[in-house]
Amino acid sequence: MTARRLAGFRAWVWQRATAVYIGLFLVYLLGRLAVAPFDSAAALRAWLGGALLWVAFGLFALALLLHAWIGVRDVILDYVKLPALRLALLAAVALFLLANGLWLAGILMEVR
Amino acid sequence: MPTQTRPVFLNLLQIRLPVAGVLSIAHRASGVILFLALPFLVGLLELALSGEAGFARAAALLQGIGGWMLRFLLLWALLHHLLAGIRYLLIDADLGVQAPRYRQSAWLVLAGAPLLALLLAGGLT
Repeated sequence: MTARRLAGFRAWVWQRATAVYIGLFLVYLLGRLAVAPFDSAAALRAWLGGALLWVAFGLFALALLLHAWIGVRDVILDYVKLPALRLALLAAVALFLLANGLWLAGILMEVR
Repeated sequence: MPTQTRPVFLNLLQIRLPVAGVLSIAHRASGVILFLALPFLVGLLELALSGEAGFARAAALLQGIGGWMLRFLLLWALLHHLLAGIRYLLIDADLGVQAPRYRQSAWLVLAGAPLLALLLAGGLT
């Protein structure tokens, strides 16, 4: 059921919706880093801890995990045909993304 | 006895893939690179936030020849994925679907991503 929710046309739509948000955030982020690079941990902390950016970054992380899941899943479905190997790889990717997501969530909780 | 009757031509040096095909493969490859780089990037962020000593260590990881190559690779992957993604969104919206537009935009992305990555990666410090 949950897998179905992110399959086919729905996955296609989610992939593009998350892409638009990620793209906008990246343009801002790259511009920010190019114009005024952070020169200290305190400056980075103040930036990431600001209410607006904290929320925007949290959304960015969520969008990124979803986007990466759909994309890497598609690559695996295209190239790995052996059912057992496919399942194992999909599980590994899901775990990997979940672990990175929890790690990022911890960082965000700590910085605020 | 099984016989191979169909012609098989897999010489990678002679196959001429259309530029949009190269772009598509690079879009996937850059996406996988970014996916694999996730723990490194999250770790880098955590280190840089951990205090001024950690910040200096994080900055040092991105310096030198190795650091420059890492910066360039990650920026290329990011920019290629971003630019190619924008191109796909435009094509979804029916913009630039016709030849030669789709081919020109593919070349633009293929060339633009490494150039922009060079620009943003900055000098060798």
